[in-house]
Order: sequence, then C-alpha cells, then structure tokens
Amino acid sequence: MSEEVLQQATPGLIPGSGTARAAKPTRLSPSFISWLQAGPMMLVFLAFFLIPLVFVVIVSFWDYNEYQLLPAFSGRGYTDTFEGCIAQLPDLCTIGKTYLMTLKLCFMVWAITLFVGFCVAYFLAFHVKSKTWQMGLSLLCTIPFWTSNVIRMIAWIPLLGRNGLVNSGLVKTGLINHPLEWLLFSEFSVVLALVHLFTFFMVVPIFNSMVRIDKSLIEAAYDAGATGFQTLVNVVIPLAKPGIVIGSIFVITIVMGDFITIGVMGGQQIAAAGKIIETRVNALQFPAAAANAVILLAITFLIITMMSRIVDIKKEL
Amino acid sequence: MKEGRPRSFYVLAIFFAAYVLFLYGPMIAIYVLSFQGPQGGLTFPMNGVSTFWIAKLFQGTGIVDLGAAFRRSLLLGIIVMIVTVVLSVAAGMAFRRKFKAQSILFYSAIASLIVPSIITSLGISLEFRIIDDLIKAHWNENFETSMGLLTSGLGAHLTWTLPFGLLIMFAIFNRFDPRLEEAARDLGATPWQTFRHVVLPIILPSVIGIGLFGFTLSWDELARSSQAIGAVNTLPLDLQGLTTTVTNPDIYALGTVISAVSFTVITLALGTIHMLNKRQAAKGSDAGKGLV
Repeated sequence: MSEEVLQQATPGLIPGSGTARAAKPTRLSPSFISWLQAGPMMLVFLAFFLIPLVFVVIVSFWDYNEYQLLPAFSGRGYTDTFEGCIAQLPDLCTIGKTYLMTLKLCFMVWAITLFVGFCVAYFLAFHVKSKTWQMGLSLLCTIPFWTSNVIRMIAWIPLLGRNGLVNSGLVKTGLINHPLEWLLFSEFSVVLALVHLFTFFMVVPIFNSMVRIDKSLIEAAYDAGATGFQTLVNVVIPLAKPGIVIGSIFVITIVMGDFITIGVMGGQQIAAAGKIIETRVNALQFPAAAANAVILLAITFLIITMMSRIVDIKKEL
Repeated sequence: MKEGRPRSFYVLAIFFAAYVLFLYGPMIAIYVLSFQGPQGGLTFPMNGVSTFWIAKLFQGTGIVDLGAAFRRSLLLGIIVMIVTVVLSVAAGMAFRRKFKAQSILFYSAIASLIVPSIITSLGISLEFRIIDDLIKAHWNENFETSMGLLTSGLGAHLTWTLPFGLLIMFAIFNRFDPRLEEAARDLGATPWQTFRHVVLPIILPSVIGIGLFGFTLSWDELARSSQAIGAVNTLPLDLQGLTTTVTNPDIYALGTVISAVSFTVITLALGTIHMLNKRQAAKGSDAGKGLV
C-alpha cells in the first residue's frame, strides 16, 4: 500500500527514498513526509468510504431484474420505492410511514439520551471534584460501550419478556393481573435499547464541553444573584452547546441508520429506514437498496447541516 | 459556590447511580443466566447452576460453529487493531503540521464516523460486486468473489476504527509539548530517533488506547460487517442470527464468551496503560541527575 502512496505522491522518487535515511534528513521535503504519513489513511477512506458512496449513488440509478444488476440508466430504484405513493394521497404510503416512524424513534431517543446524557455529564463534570473519581466513574460509563451491542440488546429479554423479571414482579405485587405484552418487541423496547446503547455518545461530548467551562463563571453567576436554574440556562447550557450538538449528531445519525436494534428489539415487526435497505439487499434489489440509501443519506445530511449551523464542529475538536 | 454539597448533588448522584444500574443490570442478568442448568430457559428463575451451555458452545454441537467464527473475529480484530494503530499514529503526526489534503482527510474521517453504517456497508458490497463483475467479464470467467474477511471486511471495519484513532491522536497532540522534540533535535537526534525515543514513549499509553478501540470496535462490529464481509460470518453476525431462532440459553452463553474476550482486552489494555503511566512518573524525568 505504501508503495502506491509513494508512486502517487511523487512519481519517480522511489529509488531515492531507500537511501533517504542514510542521507541527511532534509532530503525529504515536509510535504512529502506528510503524504507518507497521512496517505495510507486517506487511501483507506478513498477505497472503502468515498468510492463506495459514489457507487451507492451511481447504482441507485441502475436497472435490475431478479438475478442481477443491469448497468443502464433507470429510475426504477426510486419509482419502486415510492410505488403507489401518489395514488394513496392524502394517506401516507408504506415508505412515508416508515420514514415517519424512523423520525419518531429518532426524536424520542434523541430527547431521552440528551436529558440522561446531560444529567450524567453534569454530575461528572461539576459534582465529582476528585480527578481520580471523575476518571473512574467515566470509565464505568465507557466500558459497556466496548462490548457487543447485540448482547446488550438481548440482555433486555430476560427482564422484559412475557415471563421476565419486570412482568413477574408486577404480577406478584398485584399491580397487574396479566403480563404486559408491550414491554418487549415493541416501540417501547426499541427506544429503551437504543437509549441503553447510545447514551454514551451523548455523555462523552457534553462532558468534554463541560469540563472546559471555567468554574469561576458559575460562581460569578451565583454572586450576581442568579438562581441555580438561571445559571444552568444562561451559563452552563450555552457553554456546553458544542458538546450537545456533537452528541446529538452522533445519536441522530446512528438511530436514522439503525436496522439491527430495531430488528432485534422490535421483533422484526417495526419498519425503519435502515431496515428497508437491508430487506432490499436480501432480495438482491441493489438499485432499490441504493436509492433508499441515497434518500437516507440526504435526510441525515440535512439534519447534520442544520445542526452544524449552530456550532463549528471542527473548531471544537 | 455554597459550602457543603448542594441538594442537586444528591439528586444527580442518585440519577447517576440509577444510570449505572440501567447500563449494567441487564448485562449482568444474561451473564448470570448463561450459567443455567441443562434444563434452564431464557428467563429467571434459574433452573440449576452449571457451565453446560458454555461447554456446549465449545463442543461445536450448537447452532454456531463457534470455533471458526471465534478465530475469524479474533484474526480480523488483531489485524484491524495493528492497522488502526499504525495509520492513526502516522496520520496524527501529519496533522501536526499543515499539509494540503488535511481538511479532506479530516472531513472524510468525520463523515465516515457519522454516515449510517448500513450505507457504508452497502457501498462496499456494491464496489466489490462491480469489481467482481469486471474481473469476470475481462479476465477470468470462473472468478468467484474478491469479497472476504481481509478485503472488504477489513476495509469496512477500518472505516469505523480509523476515525476514532485519528480523534484520539488529536487529543494526544493537543496536550503534547513540542519543546521536548526541539530539545531532542538540538541534541542532534534524527527525526526517526526523536520519534522513537522521545515522542513514542510519551504517547504510548494513548496509543495502546487506540489499539484497545481498534480491537474491541472490530470484535463487536456488526452493522458494517452485515453486507461487506462476504460469505463468512463473524461472531457478532452469528450472534445476531441466533436472536431470531433462540429458544435456549446458548445465546446467553455466547454473549458471555464474547463479553469475556472484550473485558479481557479492556483489562489488559488499561493495565498496560496504568503500568506505563507509573513507569513514566517514576523514570520520566531525569532533571538534576546530570550526565556524569
């Protein structure tokens, strides 16, 4: 791979590079070294991210039959996706309902993770005074993120199932007569699992913004007579905004594209944007899958653009 | 602020404790349930205590060929870890001075992190399908596929681990004191010597952190593997397959085994980081010791 980088960066220079170390280091120009250092990563993104994205867009305009891709221009991927949508107006067609469901899940998960993430980050940043405790408690929140998502999903089954801990507990205490059916394989369990899996992505950026807040600003607010709530709204939240926005972008893009959690926790019953793509791929309808990917990408991009207007992400990293 | 702990401290402390319970409670439940007796089911109460289900996994008589998937996931995880560490450190060094393509690389990394995984995965699978078609059409009619664990699969995992590696490198060099390198240069060290003997020992604990991210993110990766891995399955893919057909606790046993590997790697990495930090604190400074 590095051979390629060399060739691309400076055609004809390779014979010289072998002797570069023996010679004076100044023989390698700084920009050449930069290419050498950053080139391999750039190549990986080019080969496995940027070019594939271009292929998604191109293939979304190809034709297909039951067996294969047909590389000829066609809008079938899109028309198949929106089949019957105009005839059904003003009712929403399946695809419309699916995207509405995705946005609904997305909004619920976003609101909950934001609330939970903010509280957890606030506690860690402002109430935990010792650095060791701060690190230990942050680590405690981070470790589950390093283990398999599927395991963390199925972990809810023994708790929420028909004979799970929650139901049997409620029945025993006499609060309900029959086990609740909506606990598992429902919108509720999907949202619960998504919150469980991804609050981490909200905690970390908000915490990072909060620890940078100068504590004397908060004291100043108190001295000036602000109540705790006023300080929160007028000092802490504006200063933590970059973290809030970055965390929100993470959570929203993850939930928009999720198909695994929604599949497993929804009992394969809930349709969402990512699920359509998976279904189309399984049916070998690649242009239709790609068309849906393009639509999903456009919506995600729109949300991110709106959010990044609020804050300059690059400056915050 | 006022003296003593404000009321909000106690409210938030309870909230935090509840959050930790929420994070760990369900996971602990399945770890416990994976030690059910042979007659055990999917829920509490436990029906006896044994290692029956875990042993069953390793006998290979279960639904999953655990051994093969385990070795594949492990191999891929280790390769992803090594590549992630090398490429992230190199690129991180590059970002310390201005270079032409730096904003392209930066935005690619960020985009790769936030474009939904299913889209990246689909794109890679389309790319390899098109490559396959080209090979079949022009060179070899009998060609099967170029997709696989170490081609499309490796690439898919790297699009997920490299952004994390790069961001960690940014964090490292944000608080790195460049005067240390100047000193090394003044003493006549070559750039390589400066890197090897000054920069690397200082950043090593965080570099191990990058390795930890690389391995565990790959080991548990699912969404990007789903379309891009080719014919074989990794462990998380097998696990996901089990979720639709599951009737007995072997799924929990599998979950416990996968988590055990994750936790072992996390512990090893954190232990090494801790040891390195301690050693740095003990030996790091030779101020006042002189040369003779």
